[in-house]
Amino acid sequence: MIRNFVISLGAILAIPAAAFGLEVQAVESPGGFKAWLVEDHTIPFTALEIDFGGGAVLEGPNIDGAAYFLAGMFEEGAGGYDAAEFQRRVQELAVDFSFDAYQEVMSVSVKFLTENKEESIELLRLALEEPRYDSDRLEFVRSQILAIIANREKDATDIAYNRLNREVFGSHPLGEPIEGTVESIEAMTAEDLETFRQKALNRSDIIVGAAGDITAEELGLVLDQLFAGLASEAPALPAEPQSLLDAGTTVIDYPAPQSFVVFRHAGVERDDPEFLTAYVMNEILGSQSYLSRLKDEVREKRGLTYGIASYLSTYDEIGFISGQFSTDNRSVGEALEVVEEVWFEMAENGVTEEELQNVKTYLTGAYPLRFDGNSRIASILAAMQRQGRAITYFDDRNDMVNALTVEDINRMAKRLLKSDELHFVIVGQPEGLESRDVATTE
Amino acid sequence: MDSKLILRLCMLALAMSFTGSFHELMAAQKVTEYRLNNGLQLVVIEDHRVPAVVQTLWYRVGGSDGPPGKSGLAHYVEHLMFKGTEKFGPGVFDRVVRDLGGSGNAFTSLDYTAYTQRISADNLEKIMELEADRMHGLLLTKEDIEVERLVVLEERNTRTDTDPGALLREQMNAALFLNHPYAIPIIGWRHEIEQLSREDIFSFYHQYYAPNNAILIIAGDVEPEEVFELAQKYYGVLPLNPDIKVRNRPQEPPQISPRHLILQDERVSNPYIVRRYLAPERNSGAQKEAAALELLAAILAGDGVNSYLTKKLEVEDKIAIYTDAFYSGRFVDKMSFGFVVVPADSVTMEDAEAALDQAIDEFMETEIDIDQLQRIKKALHASWIYEQDSVQNVARRVGHGLVIGLTLEDIQAWPDILQSVTPEEIIDAAKRLVMPESSVTGWAIGKVQS
Repeated sequence: MIRNFVISLGAILAIPAAAFGLEVQAVESPGGFKAWLVEDHTIPFTALEIDFGGGAVLEGPNIDGAAYFLAGMFEEGAGGYDAAEFQRRVQELAVDFSFDAYQEVMSVSVKFLTENKEESIELLRLALEEPRYDSDRLEFVRSQILAIIANREKDATDIAYNRLNREVFGSHPLGEPIEGTVESIEAMTAEDLETFRQKALNRSDIIVGAAGDITAEELGLVLDQLFAGLASEAPALPAEPQSLLDAGTTVIDYPAPQSFVVFRHAGVERDDPEFLTAYVMNEILGSQSYLSRLKDEVREKRGLTYGIASYLSTYDEIGFISGQFSTDNRSVGEALEVVEEVWFEMAENGVTEEELQNVKTYLTGAYPLRFDGNSRIASILAAMQRQGRAITYFDDRNDMVNALTVEDINRMAKRLLKSDELHFVIVGQPEGLESRDVATTE
Repeated sequence: MDSKLILRLCMLALAMSFTGSFHELMAAQKVTEYRLNNGLQLVVIEDHRVPAVVQTLWYRVGGSDGPPGKSGLAHYVEHLMFKGTEKFGPGVFDRVVRDLGGSGNAFTSLDYTAYTQRISADNLEKIMELEADRMHGLLLTKEDIEVERLVVLEERNTRTDTDPGALLREQMNAALFLNHPYAIPIIGWRHEIEQLSREDIFSFYHQYYAPNNAILIIAGDVEPEEVFELAQKYYGVLPLNPDIKVRNRPQEPPQISPRHLILQDERVSNPYIVRRYLAPERNSGAQKEAAALELLAAILAGDGVNSYLTKKLEVEDKIAIYTDAFYSGRFVDKMSFGFVVVPADSVTMEDAEAALDQAIDEFMETEIDIDQLQRIKKALHASWIYEQDSVQNVARRVGHGLVIGLTLEDIQAWPDILQSVTPEEIIDAAKRLVMPESSVTGWAIGKVQS
């Protein structure tokens, strides 16, 4: 028997999305603020992704963790609303805010319903411009951050990455954990946070991606409403970071049956003319979503891990290639050797025509599928501006991938992959391994 | 607090904590249901905004099914399903999906095993062919089985053995269920994973992987009739298994004694308390109690600084630096409603637990703030609008609902049922829930307190 019935759950809105051809508009507000926008009126809401350049590196001495603390205070009261009233208001308007602090950016993700646009934006403006730092909420957030710091000290992943960043950046602000230290958090005052806010939420470097039920004109008014009251003087950035990383192995004792391993060496910068070449090369080497060489050798053939990946990690002024995996304490040595071999083999002998062809079909086929939904689109639009791409990038990107040759990839592999320069940080109790720190940075 | 800080603290909460999961199926997607002659249930969800499609095949078998003493079998089989078939050799499945620009994944839960791919809409036929094929043609070499066993053991290491929060969850599950197989970890106990044999694997596969034990959800830029024809072509030819029966697992006896566990692990940085009570699940035609419990969780902990527990334990009494209440009714059988308390620095575990008990007792004697309830309901309503932004999420919720035995009508009715819950129903549900004798309390502590 075949049953076939249709439950129609409401209005069917069939607006065909521009297949690809994503239509990205460059918007400039009357007040001079810029944004990229993809209009889509299917669902009555808009997603905004707002990036303020700067972030935790602007903190300066003695207020480590101010960016993270500030992000924690954003929904704790602003203007005439105390925390309870503010959060009640958020819920009444059904607006969705998320504030995040990173080393080089403070980011705000927003979703608001079309019917509540004005009031939602006004509430966001208050949060950005007039946070209250009421002392009871300040103390409360402080206690939560201290708990997070305590947890960080016992979490294998955090231990590994914080150590690696310290090895790379030494005393440069990029080497500091984003949450700050117990001392700096205990000492943080409302004045510290407000001083930092004025520095970090600055009109000089704002990037906006927008998608959804909003026109260019309406978006322009939103930008002016949000940003016109912010300070305009650009803050001083810290000195350009230098990598202090050397080849070696750092072992940090941690009580677990399995070790967590991170590794890194120098890579390409975001504005490198061959960034895309390096990206495609890494997809073959260590992609997360693709059967990469690393995954094939370490997981599929040997069963040494549940997951392994490598990736390009980039900061504004410096870039690395990094990777991570977990493996049984007994097999850490074997896994490290396999990683080094895969690294060496690819630098030495490059990739095959077939590998490149396969990764091209994958990357070009997957690209249009990224743009599903307003939130995803808004965040991609912001990221591409942050990376300095042209607004035509979305149309050109697949052609650029298809134009890459085996020679391009192999030249990049030779330039980038240095198996004898890898630095491994191992958190666990690996058998038969000791620190062989070539680096003497501390 | 911003969501990231909360997220970081959520490692303390249980894996099944979907306090905020009120979003359900919503208006703009058209849903069509079919059933093939061999019993396969097919649901097509249309969303034409992006030229992409998601296929998810849900099997009504999970970690709580299968023979006793063979824990982890459902999950192990899920891993092995990627090893190839008679028709498509080793690695072909993944390779074809990725070469077409798609992505895929699989997940095993207590109640289900699901396989999913996302790909451009014009490649739907290929992934339907592949997914249908591995329902009956699985081939495994000895090496496949042995290498993948190592991977699964590494997964257990990564997800459970290196994480005290996961270990406490596992111990608390084992204590909460005296007889029901929800007591058994999905990934399996290590000593049993080590012993699973080729015979175990294939007898499980042959018993449970059949069209009349599966639900196929196709969601995205597709036309229902075309999908139906493709389903007929690839899935329609598969033989049904006449031995598939409605799941009837061992049920809980009356529970008569509260249980209390202490997990001591030096990797615990902030000691915390988890309390769980046995709680009813959503059932077809009977979802009101579950709806009341979802709203209860929202009032207690899902309303930011205005949440009852937050206000009482964090703001007023300063007993805790973090509290949570979590519930999901999306299970085949009775599951749980839980609480988390992370005590403030100078507060002992005993005092924090007593404060939690007192707060719960007081809540049941207090009138629910009508404004708050209205606000929560309004926010739920808006969340359905945001939900439509991701057809994948809609597809997942529909599939999850169906696989635990709900109908499309139940899933469709859920938002209205939530809206219709009264304050009295919430308090009554809370009173039925909070029975000390059907509870487990777990403490995670770093060092033994002197």
